[in-house]
Amino acid sequence: MSYGFDSTDLTPDLKKLREEIEGYARGYGLDFFDTIFEMIDHDQMNAFAAYGGFPIRYPHWRFGMDFDQLSKGYEYGLQKIYEMVINTNPSYAYLMKSNMMVDQKTVMAHVYGHVDFFKNNYWFSKTNRKMLDTMANHAVRIRNLMDKYGVDRVEQFIDWVLAIENLIDPFLPFQNPKREEKASDEDKPASDVGRLKNERSYMEKYINPPEFLAEQRKKLADQQKQDKKNPAEPQKDVLLFLLENSPLEEWEHDVLAMLRDEAYYFAPQAQTKIMNEGWASYWHSKIMTEKALKASEIIDFCDHHAGTLATQPGRINPYKIGIELFRDIEDRWNRGAFGKEYDECDNLREKASWDKKLGLGRQKIFEVRKVCNDVTFIDQYMTPEFMDRMQMYNYAFNRRTNQYEIVDRDFAKTKEKLLFSLTNRGQPFIYVVDGNDNNRGELRLQHKHMGMDLDVKWTRETMRSIAAIWRRTVNLETENEGQKKVYTYSPSEDHVSEGEFSEKFI
Amino acid sequence: MSHQIRRDHSRFRNIVKGMIKQNLKKYITHGEMIGRKGKDLVTIPVPQIEIPRFRYGDKEQGGVGQGEGDAGDPVGGGDPQDGDQPGQGEAGNQGGEHELEVEVNLEELAELLGEELQLPKIEPRGHKTLKSKVDKYTSIASQGPNSLRHFKRTFKETLKRQIATGLYDPNKPILVPIKKDFRYRSWKSEVKNENSAVIIYMMDVSGSMGDEQKEIVRTESFWINTWLRSQYQGLETRYIIHDATAREVDEDTFYRTRESGGTLISSAYKLCEEIIANDYPPSDWNIYPFHFSDGDNWSGEDTKICLDLLENSLLKKVNAFCYGQVESRYGSGQFYKDLNETFGKEHEQVFLSRIENKEGILQSIKDFLGKGK
Repeated sequence: MSYGFDSTDLTPDLKKLREEIEGYARGYGLDFFDTIFEMIDHDQMNAFAAYGGFPIRYPHWRFGMDFDQLSKGYEYGLQKIYEMVINTNPSYAYLMKSNMMVDQKTVMAHVYGHVDFFKNNYWFSKTNRKMLDTMANHAVRIRNLMDKYGVDRVEQFIDWVLAIENLIDPFLPFQNPKREEKASDEDKPASDVGRLKNERSYMEKYINPPEFLAEQRKKLADQQKQDKKNPAEPQKDVLLFLLENSPLEEWEHDVLAMLRDEAYYFAPQAQTKIMNEGWASYWHSKIMTEKALKASEIIDFCDHHAGTLATQPGRINPYKIGIELFRDIEDRWNRGAFGKEYDECDNLREKASWDKKLGLGRQKIFEVRKVCNDVTFIDQYMTPEFMDRMQMYNYAFNRRTNQYEIVDRDFAKTKEKLLFSLTNRGQPFIYVVDGNDNNRGELRLQHKHMGMDLDVKWTRETMRSIAAIWRRTVNLETENEGQKKVYTYSPSEDHVSEGEFSEKFI
Repeated sequence: MSHQIRRDHSRFRNIVKGMIKQNLKKYITHGEMIGRKGKDLVTIPVPQIEIPRFRYGDKEQGGVGQGEGDAGDPVGGGDPQDGDQPGQGEAGNQGGEHELEVEVNLEELAELLGEELQLPKIEPRGHKTLKSKVDKYTSIASQGPNSLRHFKRTFKETLKRQIATGLYDPNKPILVPIKKDFRYRSWKSEVKNENSAVIIYMMDVSGSMGDEQKEIVRTESFWINTWLRSQYQGLETRYIIHDATAREVDEDTFYRTRESGGTLISSAYKLCEEIIANDYPPSDWNIYPFHFSDGDNWSGEDTKICLDLLENSLLKKVNAFCYGQVESRYGSGQFYKDLNETFGKEHEQVFLSRIENKEGILQSIKDFLGKGK
């Protein structure tokens, strides 16, 4: 195969190591795709990381930007990527040439955890496992388009699309195909509209004058026409709506479709960040400490493991929360510390030493990794005791002191805040509500306001990108400081230079 | 590695430098990382371009953290929202003494300088920058025609690979090269500069030139070096310091020496003439004498000698003669006036500039180099 890897084969030592670790992983019941390890140097590692793990992506400056940052961080010894793995079948994982043997071991164990997760977690079940090919195809197609239409033009379009790349609906792949138009059995026969009940047929002409009925029928027809709104109901996948309804040139349509595919491919990884990292860390820790570690490697392993799990103020480390929560679940299910009886127990001492010796822990965490995503993981399994042990708090910005401050350690509030930041990846909910707004072909978006206002400056810039794709005015309903508002962005003639932005109350 | 990431990277760099895609300029944030280079802390600029997105207002969103602390305690570690974008915004002007910025290389710096001051490209006199290009088969490539195959290097690669993968058996040393082991002789183009340029810096180090003045000279000569270096391959520099007598010194001494005593500018000019006569035949070299002084000369007599030297000897040999007068509290500034009277402002070869303070440096460089000589 040739995907542009310029790697060397694993050395015999590493090959042996891989077999060993793979054996342990299977022994614990992990179930993964074939995993191919590639040895690469730091430069390639940074390049691939900038490309989201893929060796080939379409040309775009933002990959260069990420590469710039990663390279600088590496060169000055500030950061280093240990591990990278992509969700494909077979899976590809990268080992950095310069890493120590113990790191390579840890990385392999970690990777098998990830690949097990990719393969078995429900939210990954709809992803394209041939993404390596797809990405390479996208790269070729976009490069061809750039040759044909010019780099600047194509890149500009990509820039616009990237502004709304996040406006997709990660649940869409899991929905049943759209139902066709409702059967018309509810509709009354058209001739009956507005007709009054009349038992004396000779009175018909007077009670239900034909002109009146005709008028009513026309009204109904109009009404029905209007009801056929596009979209019929608010649509979260803004990219799809634009794809189907924007006046795009063929190549633009092509680009938009490709970028949408890529966005959907990456979506589950964002939805399961905590679980995925937690699961992989759980297994590298387990495999290393129970099986693979040599006595001489313990210090280095501990050092690096601790580095991975370190927490910084004001941030949640997904590795840390993830691994701890999996361990907590395992422990609770081993002890039987769940269910009605446990929940209703008021005696804290009794609760702390609760042990029914069920031993269901392992089974439970495998189940959790199968069905949950971050939101349900946290929602179902994070307990007050756990939060307390993790010393979690919630913070907010204090306008008076002009800094972020700890608000409190209240369980319900902290959990709610954490869940909020995970729902929709902490981003605003934006829906398309009308593709023919004001009956002028304008696009109407709606921001579902949930207590937090949009940043106006970025809203304006984003609307500018959407207007450039839609080629007409874009309206956005939102709420700002308690007032309902509509922002309007009207593009300029050429769609590229500055258009007009305005807002009004509704 | 010639990966396509290089292309994306250079495109990004060009956007940041403002060379292409001006419309993205307003999305650029100038973040930085603090790194360590030996003992020094260095700030590493990490420019970022933010792609616009619908997002919540910065101060709207709180979050969840982990660790010690009571209600009301500030959350440490700066702005917690900027997880992925290290230190955007606030930083930037915190340049402590121990921090030095890295990143721009001298070539880029010269380019920036040239653009900023709109310096014209220098047109060398005569045929002085003739380059000759020679292809020499001194390098090795991983691709090439079989006729250029390098057996030794190929086998070396094979050996390396086989040892690394455990295929090598010292008792039965069979080496089987595979495709990626092959190495080929390849050429390198060597550019030889037939001619080159020299800068001769002269500085007055008499008692009246203080540290501040020297700092200005140092900064200015750095920039002049940078610019001329971008224009000439293989630039040489020579340094002369003078008070009542002149002597040639190395770069370090040039900036550090502080002597006292009188000032005979002619002594420096004579030495300069001598250096040129000995080492730099004007037919082969582009010669740039720069003289920095506070404008005090010992006597009118000596000034006459200087003017005479310039007119009858030096100016015939050099591309341009630049005189920079650093204003000092003690100097009279007479020498500038004398030169100005003799040569005037619009002379072909003599460029005069008065540098009042550090801010004057840029203008002064423009005075010197703005004519493209």
